[in-house]
Amino acid sequence: MLQTLFKFKGGLTLPHHKQESAGTPIVAAPLPEQLVIPLSQSMGSAATPVVAVGDKVLKGQLIGRAEGWISAAVHASTSGTVVALEPRPTPHPSGLSSLAVVIAPDGEDRWIERQRVDYQTLSPEAVRQCLQEAGVVGLGGAAFPSHAKIRAQHPVADLLINGAECEPYITCDDRLMRERADEIVAGIGVLRDLLEPERIKIGVEDNKPEAIAALRAAIAAAGESFTVIVMPTRYPAGSLKQLARVLTGKEIPVNKLPADLGLQSFNVATAQAIWRAIQHGEPVVRRVVTLTGNVEQPGNWEVPIGMPIRDLLALARPKDDTDGILMGGPMMGIPLPTLDAPIVKASNCLIARSPARFPAPSPEMPCIRCGACARACPQELQPYELYWWSRAKQFDKAEAYSLANCIECGCCAYVCPASIPLVQYFRFAKGEIRARDREQAAAEAARSRFEFRQFREAREKAEKAEKLAKAAAAQAEKAAAATKASAAENVPTNPEASTPANVVTTASASDLPDAQTAKQALIAAALERARAKKAGVGEGVASTTVANSTTDEAPATLETVATAAAPEGEGGA
Amino acid sequence: MSFLAAILVMSIGALALGLALGYAAVRFRVEGDPISDKVNAILPQTQCGQCGYPGCKPYAEAIVKGEAEINLCPPGGDEGVRKLADLLGRDYKPLSGDEGGEKPKLTAVVREAECIGCTLCIQACPVDAIIGAAKQMHTVAASLCTGCELCLKPCPVECIDLVPVPETLANWKWAHPVIPLFSAPPRAESDPPSPSRKAA
Ligand code: SF4
Ligand code: SF4
Ligand code: SF4
Ligand code: SF4
Repeated sequence: MLQTLFKFKGGLTLPHHKQESAGTPIVAAPLPEQLVIPLSQSMGSAATPVVAVGDKVLKGQLIGRAEGWISAAVHASTSGTVVALEPRPTPHPSGLSSLAVVIAPDGEDRWIERQRVDYQTLSPEAVRQCLQEAGVVGLGGAAFPSHAKIRAQHPVADLLINGAECEPYITCDDRLMRERADEIVAGIGVLRDLLEPERIKIGVEDNKPEAIAALRAAIAAAGESFTVIVMPTRYPAGSLKQLARVLTGKEIPVNKLPADLGLQSFNVATAQAIWRAIQHGEPVVRRVVTLTGNVEQPGNWEVPIGMPIRDLLALARPKDDTDGILMGGPMMGIPLPTLDAPIVKASNCLIARSPARFPAPSPEMPCIRCGACARACPQELQPYELYWWSRAKQFDKAEAYSLANCIECGCCAYVCPASIPLVQYFRFAKGEIRARDREQAAAEAARSRFEFRQFREAREKAEKAEKLAKAAAAQAEKAAAATKASAAENVPTNPEASTPANVVTTASASDLPDAQTAKQALIAAALERARAKKAGVGEGVASTTVANSTTDEAPATLETVATAAAPEGEGGA
Repeated sequence: MSFLAAILVMSIGALALGLALGYAAVRFRVEGDPISDKVNAILPQTQCGQCGYPGCKPYAEAIVKGEAEINLCPPGGDEGVRKLADLLGRDYKPLSGDEGGEKPKLTAVVREAECIGCTLCIQACPVDAIIGAAKQMHTVAASLCTGCELCLKPCPVECIDLVPVPETLANWKWAHPVIPLFSAPPRAESDPPSPSRKAA
């Protein structure tokens, strides 16, 4: 079948380094001593833990419930005991911790009861629910909850299956396509039934001939009509926008989702995970991870989610001169600050660095405006302009040059003759812009809360004044009635002027002792503590003023209320 | 006679334009003061009163009236002064009384065991970030607190601390790239600054 391929601008042809890890089959990794399973493994909100320390769990048992629509459930990757529920380091460039369930495996690796989901008889709503409960997320690295992509609002014209794996070194999708093409094809069949697209295109780069052959054989065996499209190997063809461009010729604008253009894309590994979840009732508890770079035994391992990176890395035996680990590919990956972090659903590759393989970058020089970065940029941006404004912290200008469009692919930094770490500047600027937006939103919220408080205070004041006026009027009436009843004449009373004040003072005199006796002892003790602390600090003067102010406080506030009430009351009367 | 025609044309023109202007003034009337709203949008809405005005909006109004300098708001920082200078076409001035540079973002925390439930801090908080009731333990909703410090003074038992907002995965951001001049030894993690409290 004849297929028109489109091209994207820019991009790079990089040395693949794939042959090192692609040659050997996927091996199941042994269970480590402890599994550290973070509750936040997908985009969106973190899962809520549903187990406690000491609980026995089975493999595939729910340990974190999805919280909201953009969130995915988290499961135990083996059977064992929950030994901790605490913040642990995450595979994140900051090395910060987040809440994780720590499980000590019992070695039996016993599954919960798995049930096949008969998705054809279920409503799409229910299938989505199943996928969310199975914790299926995009396994290509973005970890976007897959169920959220399967929605019927937009008719899907092209369903794109991403098997490009364009970054050097990574081969986990390659091996998966070679070994489990039948499951991938079956998973694509499920997606077809759920999304009902007009066309289904599987994009694979031409440096993976075995994977292409395996997929074609599996499609023929299943009697399906999916098209496997062989794409020229060019980084970053596996990035969503570039993939859409090559396979369909459509550009995805920055403010649109692929779904708006009738596109939807899934990684091959995600398709396989969907099949396992539907056909076998297996949640996502393991994934294939490539270990490569400066190691004795590069290859692909099938790893339980939560396996500490240190334990996993030991399987590939890093060489002695290893000086750091990259998670992800060499272009977009992040250096890991700690090896205690676990493998999560988004981890596709670990690369051991060595000075020989990844020489330290030469020092940054001034930009010479050669334009090489602009020619290499697949998003057709002007990286030298973005760099200039990001470096100067002029984020408005950087935004005006479409910083938001940058996919951080690293092509520009790769070709820059001045070896400027352009992507680092872009990440910095993007982070600052995000923080600024957050602050702006917080300030806006504070402003509205402040204004509401002022409005409420004014309303309360008015209400109080009205109440006092009413009470005063009633009192005055009563007094008037009393004076009339006693038939005492010649008493020139002026109820408006005198009684309100009386009422208030009596009220304060009768209420206050009541209120104060209740917790007086406690408050006295607390004040004593504060005084003692202050004396300890050496600020004896302040304590007396504080004590004075509190004893004065209550009558003072009531007086102000009374004075505020007077004019209001008269106005109302 | 032509001069009469000229006068006629000019008067008709003037009348028509006058009517158009009058109509526009009614039709496109702007409620409130758009400039002070713009200024207010730049101010950080901490409502702390450090500028000497009871909240950000009064300060914004004072700036627009020309009664106040633009460099009186410490929470807005240097960037805030620059933005105000940009908007109003005034000269940039360094932040007044800016000794220690910019402070990290703070949030108030009630030491709950010591709280006596006096509700005084609730009355002081300009953004209603403190939750509690009379004789009940109080607590601060961290996401709403602006760190304005106004609740510290009224507390009779001094059980409110201002602590720096901790860095989490949600608010972490990449640092500005630095060009290393030499390879420094790894810096030991210094202790986080102890919970500070402004002397009353
Ligand atoms: S490639 Fe580097 S030196 Fe050339 S224009 Fe871009 S940033 Fe400047
Ligand atoms: S990192 Fe951004 S600016 Fe640089 S080439 Fe990639 S998309 Fe373009
Ligand atoms: S100092 Fe700044 S934040 Fe505080 S009230 Fe004044 S304008 Fe608002
Ligand atoms: S809780 Fe305290 S510091 Fe926070 S906004 Fe309210 S008064 Fe200010």
